Amino acid sequence: MNGTLCDLRGVDKSFGDNRVLKQLNLSLPAGSVTVLMGANGAGKSTLVKILSGVHALDAGSISLLGKDFRPSSPSEAIRAGVVTVHQNINDGVIPDLDVASNLLIDRLAEPGYGFFLKRKQNYAVAERIASQMGLSLNVRQSVAELGVADRQLIAIARAMAHDPQLLILDEPTSSLSASEAERLFLLIERLSAKGVAVLYISHRMSDIRRIADRIVSMRDGEISGVFEGDALDYEGAVNAMLGHRMTDADITIGAPGKNVLVINDLRLLPESKPFDFDLAENEIVAVTGLLGSGKSAFAQSLFGLGRPASGQIRIDGQDFAPTNPQAAIKGGVFMSSKDRANNAVVADFDITRNITLPFLSRYSSLSFVKRSDERRTANEMIEALSIVCQGESDSIGTLSGGNQQKVMLARWLAEECRLLLLDEPFQGVDIRARRDIGRKIRETAKNRATLVFVSELDEALEVADRIIVMAEHTVTAEFRNENVDLNEILIAVTGAVPTDIGNAARTAHA
Amino acid sequence: MSIDQTDTPNTATPGVHKPQPKSGNAIDFAIRYGFLALLVGLVIFFSVFANGFAGPRSAVFIFQSVAITGILALGVTCTLVVGGFDLSIGSVATSSMMLAAYMMVVLEQPAFVAIIACLAMGAVIGLINGLLIVKTKVPDLLATLGMMFLLVGLQRIPTEGRSIAMGMTLPDGSTAEGTFSPLFLQLGRHRFDFMLENLLPAPVLFLIAIGILVWVFLELTRHGRLMYAIGSNERAASLTGTNVNKYKIMAYMISGVLASIGGMLLAARLGRGDIASGTNLLLDAVAAALIGFAVLGAAKPNAFGTSMGALFVGILLQGLTMMNAPYYTQDFIKGLVLVIALVFTFSLSARKAGGH
Repeated sequence: MNGTLCDLRGVDKSFGDNRVLKQLNLSLPAGSVTVLMGANGAGKSTLVKILSGVHALDAGSISLLGKDFRPSSPSEAIRAGVVTVHQNINDGVIPDLDVASNLLIDRLAEPGYGFFLKRKQNYAVAERIASQMGLSLNVRQSVAELGVADRQLIAIARAMAHDPQLLILDEPTSSLSASEAERLFLLIERLSAKGVAVLYISHRMSDIRRIADRIVSMRDGEISGVFEGDALDYEGAVNAMLGHRMTDADITIGAPGKNVLVINDLRLLPESKPFDFDLAENEIVAVTGLLGSGKSAFAQSLFGLGRPASGQIRIDGQDFAPTNPQAAIKGGVFMSSKDRANNAVVADFDITRNITLPFLSRYSSLSFVKRSDERRTANEMIEALSIVCQGESDSIGTLSGGNQQKVMLARWLAEECRLLLLDEPFQGVDIRARRDIGRKIRETAKNRATLVFVSELDEALEVADRIIVMAEHTVTAEFRNENVDLNEILIAVTGAVPTDIGNAARTAHA
Repeated sequence: MSIDQTDTPNTATPGVHKPQPKSGNAIDFAIRYGFLALLVGLVIFFSVFANGFAGPRSAVFIFQSVAITGILALGVTCTLVVGGFDLSIGSVATSSMMLAAYMMVVLEQPAFVAIIACLAMGAVIGLINGLLIVKTKVPDLLATLGMMFLLVGLQRIPTEGRSIAMGMTLPDGSTAEGTFSPLFLQLGRHRFDFMLENLLPAPVLFLIAIGILVWVFLELTRHGRLMYAIGSNERAASLTGTNVNKYKIMAYMISGVLASIGGMLLAARLGRGDIASGTNLLLDAVAAALIGFAVLGAAKPNAFGTSMGALFVGILLQGLTMMNAPYYTQDFIKGLVLVIALVFTFSLSARKAGGH
């Protein structure tokens, strides 16, 4: 139970000038579940990628079961017994194949398998794996027909099929319901009882309370705290992860101006509870909640990408019901989308063209683009957001993730709007850029209302005046960002205890 | 023009990216000017080794063959810009040729009416292509391939599969009384004096004019900018409020209209509606547009590159013909050049992009 299974000593890793892991020491005991907590950019995913053979370490050593462990590829790591379930579900499954093939895909790739598919045998093996996992699935069904939760469980089941020594789970419950998560926890407990070391990465306090034997907090590429024993110090772990107590983020809540956004009895889904919400000028509100809590549906209904089931949205007293982004932009509502690589960055364009894309008509006369005008705007925005580049005509692909995100923000800050929606504006951004972006959002907020959609709480605390929590497609709690207790918000987010803080959780009167 | 382009690099490249190593500059140079250098080399090669290549007669031939494929290729370029592809251009062109001939010879309409009918047909086919792709979500290659088959069949129905010529016998036994208007024929046949007498065929002027229009549209207007944005990241373009569907449909309509212009010029040059001609139009035009990716290291569809690509294909074929290369080797060499140009574009520019 107590032997160290995996030991990391002095692990160092840099990407260019960015030192992501600094002399990191960590040991993972066999037969226990170690929860790894860390803010965005703390180096969690780099650590996972080194253990799973995606990246090589620059310095230091890892030992696994007493032997030197230095995997040069993911398949080598898997053969050595280190199995990882990554956060992005679609990396884990192949939608066009059936469940059985997905469960056995690594075996199909092994040289010894032979040329022809052994269908019958495959189905039998797959059914055995599925039943061990407690998966009640038809293994002949195509994965494309399954929901996100089932896909996640399949990815996890496949990892289990490798008889792992060290199992790494990166936010495994982010798309699971409570009962599905419970099934996963039972499985983790069974594995851990067999002596498997589990490294479990999560921000969900309820998961952590349920499953953690020990907690390791990470900050800026170093281990900032290890918490063990019978009574785990959850608050200490969170503080160690953030490096400060919750209220340290220097937010001075300004006086709100006149109301911009007024929402009455909005139902995002026909069966969800209606909610009211007001947002004023010079106010920044963070919207947080788990995957599937309705955060995205809320953002989409404000930007014309989806229609709410019923209710009223007003902007500056005018009814607002956009049917597409064009209409929303015309109505003074801008949105910087999440997942910038897919939804925002135009890879073939330079910085200037990426910034001016939504408002090209402002830079054109008779349809002809006035290059000098758009270049001037681009240079102003580069200056204002301190975007690191050689010039405004640099290709967007040459910039770091943080700077690309700043360009995407610049795109929407270049024009005045009434309501700015920022969906995951800190996604894939390092801490310094995150601070820059957060500061800029606050600096420019005076004449507009701002909604920031984030799934990480510390991001919400860094940027917002108020924080609203969504669950089941409605607003369930509201906090003023002054001396807030992180635990209370976490409870509201994970829905462990129903809360009625603030004035948002109104009862339906429909 | 091409000679100007090859002279400039000596003054343009050094000192721009000074931290780059020497090999980086060499690759940059090759990516930017390699293709134009190849074009000049080809001209010199044929001038030396192919008897009579360096003369006005052969220039006229090249211009004539380049003009129509070039116009079609500019249409394909517009669809490539929005991330699509138009396989129906060849059959739109031949349909337009047949329609022009049918309007004038069989229906005895004036040239003006025939031209309007052809342009309208091109626009309508482009609209249908666009709607198929945007509204019914048929993938672009399949939608335009289907349209191609449809038109290849349709253009033969009115004459029961026969070519249209003045004085032909119609399916009902009567004789066609109409004639091609002489003015219409001049569109395809007239030659303007340029340095030498009778050097420039009229279609070349159409190509130059259309080439400049398409270039201006794609490079200088916000519509062109938005079309490139759609081609690079459709979702991002739509989330910044661009009407993606409108621009896609517009691209296919431009392609259809340009193909119909090409078809009319072909009818005017031939003076008949020949069901057998125009078979190579699609492949030559697509080749020209794809070769255009490599010109000046653009690595994207662009009007200037497409025009150079068309010129390149024209010079290559004329040179080979004059060196008495058998006709069946020509397609092979065309294909080879296309593959080399694509390697040039994608592998070298990928290396450049990965180098920083």
